[in-house]
Amino acid sequence: MAERIVFELNGETRTIEVAPDTPLLYVVRNELGLNNPRFGCGLAQCGACTVHVDGAPTRSCSLPVSAAAGTKVTTLAGLGTPEHPHPLQAAFIVEQVPQCGYCLNGWIMTAAALLRDTPHPSEQQIRDGLSGLKCRCGTHMAILRAVRRAAQAA
Amino acid sequence: MAQFAIDRRSLFKGAGALVVSIGLPGGVATAEIGGAMKPPLSPDRLDSWLAVKADGDVVAYFGKMDMGQGVDVAIAQIVAEELDVPVERVNVVMGDTAWTVNQGGASGSTGIQKGGIPLRNAAAEARRVLAELASQRLGVPADRLEVTDGVVAVIGDPARKLSYGELIGGRYFDLPMTWNGKIGNDLVAEGQAKPKPPNAHKIVGQSTPRFDVPAKVFGKLDYVTDIKVPGMLHGRMIRPPVAGALPLAVDDGSVRDIAGVQVIRDKGFIGIVAEREWDAVQAAERLRVTWSETAPPFPEMAALYDHIRQAPVVKREVPVATGEIDPAFTSAARIVEAEYEWPFQSHASMGPACAVVDARADGATLWTGSQKPHFARDGVAHALGLPQDKVHGIWVPGPGSYGRNDAGDAGIDAALLSKAVGRPVRVQGMRYEGHGWDPKGPASIHRARAALDKDGAVIGYVFESKGFSRIDIDTNESDPSHSLAGQLMGLPLKSLQGFGVPAESYGFASKRLAWETIAPLLDRASPLRTAHLRDPVGPQIQFASESFVDEIAAAIGADPVVFRLRYLKAPRDIAVVKAAAERAHWDPRPSPRPDRNGDILSGRGIAYAQRSGAVVAIVAEVEIDRRTGKVWARKFIVAHDCGLIINPDGLRRCIEGNVVQGTSRALAEEVAFDRAKVTSTDWTSYPILDITDAPEAVDIVLINRPELPPAGAGESSIRPVAAALANAVFDASGVRLRRAPLTPERLKPALA
Repeated sequence: MAERIVFELNGETRTIEVAPDTPLLYVVRNELGLNNPRFGCGLAQCGACTVHVDGAPTRSCSLPVSAAAGTKVTTLAGLGTPEHPHPLQAAFIVEQVPQCGYCLNGWIMTAAALLRDTPHPSEQQIRDGLSGLKCRCGTHMAILRAVRRAAQAA
Repeated sequence: MAQFAIDRRSLFKGAGALVVSIGLPGGVATAEIGGAMKPPLSPDRLDSWLAVKADGDVVAYFGKMDMGQGVDVAIAQIVAEELDVPVERVNVVMGDTAWTVNQGGASGSTGIQKGGIPLRNAAAEARRVLAELASQRLGVPADRLEVTDGVVAVIGDPARKLSYGELIGGRYFDLPMTWNGKIGNDLVAEGQAKPKPPNAHKIVGQSTPRFDVPAKVFGKLDYVTDIKVPGMLHGRMIRPPVAGALPLAVDDGSVRDIAGVQVIRDKGFIGIVAEREWDAVQAAERLRVTWSETAPPFPEMAALYDHIRQAPVVKREVPVATGEIDPAFTSAARIVEAEYEWPFQSHASMGPACAVVDARADGATLWTGSQKPHFARDGVAHALGLPQDKVHGIWVPGPGSYGRNDAGDAGIDAALLSKAVGRPVRVQGMRYEGHGWDPKGPASIHRARAALDKDGAVIGYVFESKGFSRIDIDTNESDPSHSLAGQLMGLPLKSLQGFGVPAESYGFASKRLAWETIAPLLDRASPLRTAHLRDPVGPQIQFASESFVDEIAAAIGADPVVFRLRYLKAPRDIAVVKAAAERAHWDPRPSPRPDRNGDILSGRGIAYAQRSGAVVAIVAEVEIDRRTGKVWARKFIVAHDCGLIINPDGLRRCIEGNVVQGTSRALAEEVAFDRAKVTSTDWTSYPILDITDAPEAVDIVLINRPELPPAGAGESSIRPVAAALANAVFDASGVRLRRAPLTPERLKPALA
């Protein structure tokens, strides 16, 4: 049965009537029309659906929307804008990171939390912090350059 | 903090509203555009390749594709170069069958190599025509005019000028091109004008940023997965649990409690649609199907290579046969031989394929991520029984594309579901389909033999591959016989036969390079059907052939670089091998290195390959943890020659992606299966290179050859990666791994 669920999405309060076990990803994409988190695996293995839930990088494909009730959800599009880019977004552009780009939510949203908590990470901390995320085009080298660049800019 | 403009091209919606009416130098304005009055799309019309908008911006209509490596940027550079306009003013429209002719889509890394030719010619022709038109309007001979940034001005009198926008903006070029009559990769069209010589290039050869990156980074670029059409339903497919099993009964009642679900079935084709996507996902999981008892069709995974060895040969070709092979082996002082094995590999795109189709009685629209959208359109037309010109194919970026992946299947699935329910349908696969049911890169074995004389010279060389066909499923989706849906509905397999041989220029005294294909494992829709995966059969063939070249060198105690240079014939091949060795500070000595002690072993290896006009040499430096058997590809040095370079930075990133994906395939990737099905159906069972295992550096030496036409770079540098790694593992450890991937499970026992 549908339930009424309220949470904040990129700074706006949103109210929806939806089956509470629906994954947050489907609600954000289909009910709330924000396309940027993406379905990659539905198994919390790849990161393409990553959003911040109260600041924590979260695989939205595997989080029931009921668990997001009352939280603040931020997506890649809410992290920064062309006018006010997040330092990681600026660095990903300077380094021309994405190829197909379908994986970007995972890398940028995870790295954003990493740099927030560890503003000057070592190379190993960057790699460990991003471990598990997938990029099939093999842009690993550019991702690492961009995260280092953003860390230096901080 | 810097600000970024999202490039207008990224948000470009439909090409139709760009140009307003038609006209010509000395010709007649014929029509207003926006749709109905658009000139017919035909390769022999200049206006099918280029248009100038009222504001002077240029639109280039490109019938190939960019899959994230910046081919569209290179095309914009080529067009801007010939037209003398800033590259920022060129919009590249691609992948829309209403606006672009079929140049073959993304295919064999020919986007620039072949796809750029008509665009270059068209831009040169357009510049000639515009200069002629300016000459008439200004009353000055064309040879007294110069073009700067899209403005034609009188030399020495720059106040007398006309911009391209003023000359033709908003009107079409109603002019002919000479067309060779071909469609696809080999399509050539040319005008009267000759393109610029390379020494006049100002834009070609300059690093130019990608158009799509800002929109992707800000989450503002829509993918095919994001297409939403009014009235659209969400579809999911049901695949057999045992490959080859057919549904005997489908229990609609098992999903009746899910609102609005419909089950669509035609022979083995079973799909469900629902109003809400999550309902479709759940219904697909829950739908109860009774399947036929089918004998599991596959061999045990452990017996795969024996199966290949023993399987009857369907087709054999000997593309290279030089010198007297048999006498060489009869008289040999020594024979070196080895056999190599390469597994099935998956495209494993970031997202399972997605497509949206709106099938109506009189026509249809297809939104697809296929890298060959014209052919995908043809396949959908075929499946719906519609003429091709009644189906509009629109490419929207997909979740990764490295060949004939699952994208084409999604289009036909969506088409059949849409036709059945009379509404637009969006189909997206689940993860198990992306890994489990995509067409696979073929598994193969490779046998190599070398005959050496008493001085260690190679007097005979035989290299023979045997494996599943690279084109069991065709390279494009134009024929539903080559789709899962078609095969599930009973269309007979049309397995095509193809493999390949090593691409090199070793001048051995006699040489035979051959291949053999075997039949697919199943005579119907199969999760182990084989098709083109990035650099089709290149990584496996070159893994074997370049490993074997090192084995010959080791057999005679020669340094691997010195040995290669002793036999290589093609000057460009010699140049890349030398350039890679020099940049790597290669210290000549035989492999393996003599001092192999400690927990961490390190070593270096080289491999090289030609590919369709490009040539690449790679030095890999590895570290091996003796305690675990794990290989870390610590550093690569890549020397890369693809002829004339259009965009150096774009090329570097393309090479990095090739090298990292190649490392993943060499060290980690292997499709697992049991006798009934593919069992590597997610990222845990089909791991790819994790970022913790990314190299420390990929050092790239670009060799520019302005005297040569540009060749492709999308696949050439993936080809020698696995062999360079295997050779480095041998150098570090003395262990020769002949079966890919080079996993800890295989290396550790041998390290003892």
